[in-house]
Amino acid sequence: MTLPRRQILLGSSSMLMLSGCDRLGESKTFQDVLGLGEKANFKIHRALSDRMALAREFAPSDISPTFRQNGTLIPAGQTYAQHAKENFANWQLRVDGLVERPQALSLAQIRAMPTRKQITRHDCVEGWSAIGKWSGVPLKLILDAAGLRPQARYVVFHCADGMDDDGGSPYYESIDLVDALHPQTILAWALNDQPLPVGNGAPLRLRVERQLGYKHAKFVERIEAVADLSQIRGGKGGYWEDVAGYEWYAGI
Amino acid sequence: MNPIPRHRLSTRIWHWVNAVAVIVMIMSGLMILNAHPRLYWGQAGANFDTAWLELARFPGWLTLPSNYDLALARRWHLAFAWVFSFGLLGYFVRSLWNGHFRSRLALARKEVAPRRLWQDIKAHARFDFGGGSQRHSGYNPLQKITYSIVLFVLFPAIIASGLAMSPGMNAAWPWLIDVFGGRQSARSVHFLCMAGIAGFLVVHLLLVLASGPVRQIRAMITGGEAT
Repeated sequence: MTLPRRQILLGSSSMLMLSGCDRLGESKTFQDVLGLGEKANFKIHRALSDRMALAREFAPSDISPTFRQNGTLIPAGQTYAQHAKENFANWQLRVDGLVERPQALSLAQIRAMPTRKQITRHDCVEGWSAIGKWSGVPLKLILDAAGLRPQARYVVFHCADGMDDDGGSPYYESIDLVDALHPQTILAWALNDQPLPVGNGAPLRLRVERQLGYKHAKFVERIEAVADLSQIRGGKGGYWEDVAGYEWYAGI
Repeated sequence: MNPIPRHRLSTRIWHWVNAVAVIVMIMSGLMILNAHPRLYWGQAGANFDTAWLELARFPGWLTLPSNYDLALARRWHLAFAWVFSFGLLGYFVRSLWNGHFRSRLALARKEVAPRRLWQDIKAHARFDFGGGSQRHSGYNPLQKITYSIVLFVLFPAIIASGLAMSPGMNAAWPWLIDVFGGRQSARSVHFLCMAGIAGFLVVHLLLVLASGPVRQIRAMITGGEAT
């Protein structure tokens, strides 16, 4: 019989191919080649899409019974615990970097600003989705208050949750100005008409509705306007981008 | 007399480019599915919602990369999506242009007569592929039907459902997600199309093995009969 031999041949060659693909995937050059696909996806999405094109908004009856909490469920450390105990009465959002008027806003000040409410679908990079109602201040209003300098191209969100076991290397994310000034991009302080739960990023989380969940920074305490991302932390514009190679543009 | 070319050059180039792309897409796709191996209908669906299908994680020999790495699997998947889609587009344009689909895939009325189809099913069940006598007589009806389903249903549907899962595309082309009835439905359709394509791939390889693999593979490389 030739079939077993053939199967062994096929099996071993597919195994060779597999380990070959794994090795290819580990090569920095090949990762950069694959990264061209990401750049192309970003370019074509921006070309196809009106910069103001809205993510779908849903009816109250579509809201998920339970909105899954993911990522950091509670930031470690005394400082955050103290803020949570005080219901974030002393929480401050700082806005700095390439702005004319750096800001330090309390949660009360932010809640007093014009509020946008939107029922949207949250899509995780893992594949699941949940629908929730978010209330928050359009990011544009905060950036307008601070006055972006002409050199500013990106907005970086610094978060209160450390990703290391010892609480170091806080989460961060960044978006460009197309998304930062988009009408649905808000800093949310409520989920389903309740104060934002800790597991969903209390007291403030970013909603950037045309991208995947990991872009929606939770526990935001500082917003920094920058000209480019290469000087920030690992240089790739976000915690998961730096650490694990996730795409900076997460529109897919 | 020159031998009649068995496969056009455009078919051969696309076949092998597409073979690589489809295998990379399936294996990296299974790794992506491993991140959340539950499928739902409708717009939303997560751990607390009812899944219509709950799978075990696919083993490493079926996934790309073989060790759990969602970010790298997405890089493979989203880069080869371009190879797969534009390869298919090029093949479609070329095949419509040169009448390839009409001459090789279109079914004549007599081919879909129940008796002819039944004959063909019986021949397949006997693993009787006509030996050398049918070499130049083109595809049999079951083959034409299968290739047409893969080319004109599964491939376009898997591309469309893949695009419909993208939140960026949802904002750009809101109608696309409505075709599928929601993002999680699109994800389920994407999986089902993959299962259909993977099933086709297995049967296709088995039939190549059963019908003279050396001759078949050579024909898909050189186009014609060497001997």
